[in-house]
This record gives sequence, C-alpha cells and structure tokens, in this order.
Amino acid sequence: MTIKEKQQEVIEEFSAFDDWMDKYSLLIELGNELDSFDEANRQQQNLIEGCQSKVWLHAEMNNGKIEIQGDSDAIIVKGIVALLLRVLSGHTPDEILETDLFFIDEVGLKEHLSPTRSNGLVAMVRQIKAYALAFKAKQG
Amino acid sequence: MAFDIRKIRDDFPILHQDVNGKPLVYLDNAATTQKPLSVIDAEAGVYKTINSNIHRGVHHLSNVCTEAFEDVRKKTADFLNAGSSDEVIFTRGTTESVNLLSSSFGETFLGQGDEIILTEMEHHSNIVPWQLLAQRQGVVIKVVPVTDEGELDMQAFTELLNEKTRLVAVTHISNVLGTINPVKEMIVLAHAAGVPVMVDGAQAIHHVPVDVQKLDCDFYVFSGHKMYAPTGVGVLYGKRKWLEQMNPYQGGGEMIDKVSFSGTTFNDLPYKFEAGTPNYAGVIGLGAAIDYLKNLGTKAVWEYEHELFEYAVKQMREVPGIRFVGQAQNHTSVISFLLGDSHPFDVGTLLDKLGFALRTGHHCAQPLMDRFGIPGTVRASFAFYNTREETDSLVDALKRVAMMLG
Repeated sequence: MTIKEKQQEVIEEFSAFDDWMDKYSLLIELGNELDSFDEANRQQQNLIEGCQSKVWLHAEMNNGKIEIQGDSDAIIVKGIVALLLRVLSGHTPDEILETDLFFIDEVGLKEHLSPTRSNGLVAMVRQIKAYALAFKAKQG
Repeated sequence: MAFDIRKIRDDFPILHQDVNGKPLVYLDNAATTQKPLSVIDAEAGVYKTINSNIHRGVHHLSNVCTEAFEDVRKKTADFLNAGSSDEVIFTRGTTESVNLLSSSFGETFLGQGDEIILTEMEHHSNIVPWQLLAQRQGVVIKVVPVTDEGELDMQAFTELLNEKTRLVAVTHISNVLGTINPVKEMIVLAHAAGVPVMVDGAQAIHHVPVDVQKLDCDFYVFSGHKMYAPTGVGVLYGKRKWLEQMNPYQGGGEMIDKVSFSGTTFNDLPYKFEAGTPNYAGVIGLGAAIDYLKNLGTKAVWEYEHELFEYAVKQMREVPGIRFVGQAQNHTSVISFLLGDSHPFDVGTLLDKLGFALRTGHHCAQPLMDRFGIPGTVRASFAFYNTREETDSLVDALKRVAMMLG
C-alpha cells in the first residue's frame, strides 16, 4: 500500500466514530498494541522531549526502506506514534520526504499538530523526515 | 453576604459555553482565573471613554485617566493594608515583580558569597531570576526542602538562615500542592536573623486575606490575572525603607526626575520603578477585580472554596487508583493527583474531550516534581465560581478516564 492509501485507511477507521472518547479509545488501543520498543534504542539521540510526554523514535534502513520503531510514556501519544509508524514505516526515503500527511487533520487530531502542543507531533514528523533525508544522503 | 453561586456565575460570561460538545467545567484557576463582567467592562471602558496617556497630560482625559489609575494604587494598598500607596509598584505580573526585585534589590544589596534562601516548591518564576542573579553576582542559592506531605521543612529553614543570608524568597501558597506555607513564622525567624523576606503571593492573594503589615513581609508580589483581573498587570509591594534604597529597574519615561547627559536623577516612589507608559487599562481592571473580591468578601470566598475543596477531595477518593500529591495540613483549593500509573497528559487530554479544563504537567515547578519523583501531575484548581455539581461531574469523568486508561 502507498502512504496515501494507508492514510485513507486510517481515516476510514476513525470515521466510524462520532464521539471523541471513542476516537481516543481507539488511539489508546493502538498505543497498547504498538510493537515493543527495543530498549537498546532508548537513547538520548532518539528522544524527542515535549513539554509533557516523551517520545522515542528509532529508524533503520532495510533493503532501501526505512523501518521505524517508536514509543512514548503517554499512551495517547503512543497511539499517535503507532499511527505515524503505520503510515510511514516501510517506505523509501523519497516516499517519506514527498508525503503530505493529511490524515492527522482528517481524523481530527489537528490540535496535536500545533507547534506548541505538548506532545510535539510536529517534532515527530520532522524527526522522521530528518531520518529519511539522512538515509537518502547516505545512499547518495 | 450569602454566597449566591448562580448569581456569581452569571457575572462570568466565559463559563457559559460548551467545549467539545460538553458544558465547560473550568478548573484551571491556578493558571489563570476568569474575569467578571465588571472587570471586562472596566478595562474596555477605559478605551471607550477615558483613554489617554497618564501622568503627563494637562488635558481633561489625561487627568481623568491618571486619577483612575492612581485610585487603583490606593485601592491596592488598602486591599493589602500597606502602610502607604507609594509602596505599591505596578508591574506586568508576578514574574516581572520578581525580576525587578532580583535585579534592583540584588544590585543594591547582594554581592559575591551572599546567600539567598528559596524553597523546593517555588514556581520557576521565583527560581530562575535568582539563578540569573547568582550567575551575575556570585550569589549563592540555598533551598528549603519539602517533606513527603508537601510542607516546608521548617527545621531545615532555620538551619539555613545564617550571617551570610541576605534574603528569603518564598511562595505563600504552592501552585502545585496548594500548601499554605507558614510565611508569618518564617518572617519572624528571618527578621530575628536580620534577613528581609519576599513572599510570592501569586496563588494566595485571591484565596486568603493578605495583610502585609500584619505579616510584616518586606516584599509581596502577585499577578492580576490570577485574581480575576486582566492579564499583563501585577504588583510589587515593598517596604519603603527597601524601595528607597534600591536602584531603579528599567529606565525610561516617568521614572526620571531630570535627564541630562551629565547625569540623570530619578523620580520618587513609586514612579522610580515604573518606567514607560504602564498598562493603565489593566490596572483599572485590577481595581474592578479588587472591588469584586471585596464585595464578595475575602473571608466568604475562603470559606466557600475551602468547603468545596473538602467536598472534592472526599468525592475524588472514590476514583479507583487515584493518588494525591501533597497532603499538607493547610492548603487552598488546589488538588494535584495522578491516576494509577497513567501519564498526566493522557488524563488531561481525555478530560478535555469531556469538557474539563485542568492543568497537566510539571506546572513550572520541575524541582518539586523531581522531589516527588514524578513527571508531572493533573491539577484541579477551584475558584469561588465552581460548584459541587461540577465536582460531581469531574468525579464521574475521572472514573470513566481511569477505566479507559486502566
């Protein structure tokens, strides 16, 4: 699936709920189901420290595709991390760099995008794109 | 006067709205309070009827505006029971008041190796200005520890006071724990050692009656916006004997006596510390807030809030997994808590979706969070316009959130 198709799939899933609490229940579920983070990667350079919650993101290159691991100490943020990884992990640096992340707005998580918002979704997206750029540069 | 909560709530237009489809329950009063119509009208009224730069004009509007501004200085002095209105300096808020003091008092009275005493429960605003001073002038900061209950370790405080101590700067009430500190006792102890005391009243001025002469504090600082007044206005009360000796803070208009390139002389108190055009509209709004509080009665406010606090704590105990942070004997209507091992951010985010405005995080008191070994808390802070019904709905919401996160 392309990044765009994955985003549409996420939007579809969230559109089943009108109520905010149901949307957040789903986020919590996604957070709980996220693959466990490799403790060896819980390092300072992988830490994005927001005002309130911490996020760890680690990326590796496998056969031309970027595999991302993530974690957070807040479960809702972890749910958002899970969504981001589902959409972006397993794609090439170019695909990630060129992508327009419209699903965040569409599923009603736009408030988490504000640059001052404490969970730093903006910082997460920036970090993933930075990894993509670094891997691309390495590929030459 | 009986506390007519319905009537009081009608005075606060912002409270009557839905947030995320639910009626707003505003419990973030320790961050900022909402404004009654009389305050909103007073500030807007300045711009509608008397706006003019104060203190300089010979024309009618300037005189009226100056008078309204200076009336609030008298009103503030009276509210604090200050000895003179010259001892009331208007600032932009508590933070600026502390910065003014650390800068002017620091420059005048503090030098290499001198010590000042802070506490572990201070807001960053009463830590960082002193750290900057410490860096500039080699002043040493000593810190009074906090006990498990969230109270100051008074024994440690007594031991920290010594012949090198030049100032104690302590919060009247903790913004995180709601602990009311024994400031009167601390002032007596400090004065016995010849040390002046600054009290940070940001969390106190609107909750407990404050009498600066009875307290005998040397400085008392607070913000307007936490006492139902507009934002951008604050107060530094200082004893005349200190203020007169202290160097000015910022330079500019109003604070001068005579300016020439061979040397400038400064204006008298309180103007010496009020450089530039002040936020007179905000100050006039502050006057309306003082009137509002006095009309309700500070004692009546205290009693109502305290009863609501007791009720809230009792009800909240029923929430599965709730842990209160800080259980001081004396406290205001601030409740810091955690739900099991849930991150405060998760709790706050879900509560927001249910219409509740609470604060989560470190509350600008990271040393205190470190003291308790937690990343932050969820904080419900009540004002006199909050109700038992709101408390009940908070408890229901917390039970739901605890279940979702549990």
